[in-house]
Amino acid sequence: MAVQSDVIDDAGPYDRAKALSAFKLGDVTFYWITRLSAISVLLILGGIILSLIVGAFPAIREYGLSFLWTQRWAPSADPPVLGALGPMYGTLVTSFIAMLIAIPVGLGIAIFLTELCPQWARRPIGMAVELLAGIPSIIYGMWGFFVLGPFLANTFQPFMIKVFDGVPVLGAIFAGPPSYLSLFNAALILAIMVLPFITSISVDVFKTVPPVLKEAAYGVGCTTWEVVRSVVIPYTRVGIIGGVMLALGRALGETMAVTFIIGNSFRIQSSIFAPGTTISAAIASEFAESDGLHQSGLILLGLLLFVLTFFVLAAARLMLLRLEKKAGK
Amino acid sequence: MNFIKTVVAAGLVAASTSAFAADITGAGATFPFPIYSKWADAYKKETGNGLNYQSIGSGGGIKQIQAKTVTFGATDAPLKAEQLDKDGLAQWPMVMGAIVPVVNLEGVKPGELVFDGETLAGVYLGKITKWDDAAIKKLNPNVKLPSEAITVVRRSDGSGTTFNFTNYLSKASADWKSKVGEGTAVEWPVGVGAKGNEGVSGNISQTKNSIGYVEYAYAKQNKLTYAGLVNKAGKPVQPTVEAFQAAASNADWSKAPGYYVILTDQPGEKSWPITAATFILMHKDATDKAASQEAIKFFRWAFKNGDKMAEDLDYIPMPDSVVQQIEKTWAAEIKS
Repeated sequence: MAVQSDVIDDAGPYDRAKALSAFKLGDVTFYWITRLSAISVLLILGGIILSLIVGAFPAIREYGLSFLWTQRWAPSADPPVLGALGPMYGTLVTSFIAMLIAIPVGLGIAIFLTELCPQWARRPIGMAVELLAGIPSIIYGMWGFFVLGPFLANTFQPFMIKVFDGVPVLGAIFAGPPSYLSLFNAALILAIMVLPFITSISVDVFKTVPPVLKEAAYGVGCTTWEVVRSVVIPYTRVGIIGGVMLALGRALGETMAVTFIIGNSFRIQSSIFAPGTTISAAIASEFAESDGLHQSGLILLGLLLFVLTFFVLAAARLMLLRLEKKAGK
Repeated sequence: MNFIKTVVAAGLVAASTSAFAADITGAGATFPFPIYSKWADAYKKETGNGLNYQSIGSGGGIKQIQAKTVTFGATDAPLKAEQLDKDGLAQWPMVMGAIVPVVNLEGVKPGELVFDGETLAGVYLGKITKWDDAAIKKLNPNVKLPSEAITVVRRSDGSGTTFNFTNYLSKASADWKSKVGEGTAVEWPVGVGAKGNEGVSGNISQTKNSIGYVEYAYAKQNKLTYAGLVNKAGKPVQPTVEAFQAAASNADWSKAPGYYVILTDQPGEKSWPITAATFILMHKDATDKAASQEAIKFFRWAFKNGDKMAEDLDYIPMPDSVVQQIEKTWAAEIKS
């Protein structure tokens, strides 16, 4: 140390305080740039919420809370009768079914890719999954319309209707008549669309599991299934749930593909093979030609989707927190 | 909503500055977009003056002309006289189209099936659910109708097509009028919604035992199985240009202020019952008088030279008697 400081002193006049303050200035600038970036997110979010509230205000004043449980959507009635129950129901049901399918399949792919897949097949399968995420949503919509729709209507639905005919509850859920455009069709497409989110993130977090943990488990005689269940998944739980939440966010808000294949009907029907609508599909369909209270109602729907997504994601976080606590015990 | 107005206006400004200063700007209905752009193209070749038309929908067209961001607005659903007076607007029909019911039924050829307004309303109300319903059978004793459920297809987006279709059903069926009524977007009791004329056409050609309604041009170009209709005079008619023009000629334009005539359910033995005109809106006393004169010049040219182009695209030109009347309206109402 002594030698070093001698060297600096010898190199000429050196203002230690000045050098330090230069460092400090750099640090302060860096601090403020990052801080402003972070604050800008809050400002943008606040701006969006504010403009939604301003736009939705006439509808809020007109319908109040009854907007939430009114099923009628009659923009041409005088005065217009608007209710969000139909689109809200459609949004939740399609997202729920989509997650029901996508979570096990997505995790299955991820586990296969990281634990079981032969080396040569990893890259092609991995790339295929990532490609799924790159397909534009309208292409999914068209595929659902021309390929999946006819298959569901002509083959799958008649089969389900026959199997569950007369069974209480399930009979009503799978009731006919077969239709190309339905909640179920939209949910299936959504499931495929969100699959890459779950798979990619799960693969990434599975790779973070220290090999020594797995080797130890194998060492004491665990099967692959036991290693995945008791080592890999508990170790990566937070990451998996993060991926699932990202996927859920996409499912709740997806617009174009859903508008194409959901049938755009505001009536709530017990059958998942019946046409329905989601909040984003309703807005996309009707916004261009709307005005006055109708448009305000559509903006209120948008605000509602915002709030709905917030609550769903908050609930997921809460669940995560509880899991953490349990694991901490 | 103001912020939407601003966004659309900003888009229009961006689009118009890239073109020449002499260009006329218009915005509105999507239905006449193909013919307006074809006319504009031919007009530019002949006179060197361009026209910039943005098809943002009828509602958007009305908002843009009210906000004075365009020289003319275009709408499929005409404004009432009181509204025109309030905004200082002149309105006239520019070109016509027709709406036809289309079906997908095995073994049924175009024009074989006939509906009347009451039956069509029954289907769209969900009261008639099977193809071999007594009401449909009675109108079509010679057609073999299956005992299958009817899949009802309609528009999901707000549209002038829906306005005219529901307007017709309201005139033809008291039940429809009281339960659903008319509008660009209504509370549909049954059916699946598809986006745009192309969405409905696609759905019909995909789905067996379905029924829908589209602009005549879409039915023709996609070779869909259209159905005939029983008109106000009680005669079954087929969708032909003569039938559409008969409806327009039989309409009483002279007594309608602002040409507020909905061409549905017009009298006359040959009239097609769901004919529709698409309208132009302009300020009577525009701030930019030169632009507004340019626009009138274009419309006059289109009425004079555009009939053949319109027919090629399956639109129906306005009858000459109506055009003469519109010329008088321009002279009287548009200040230069």
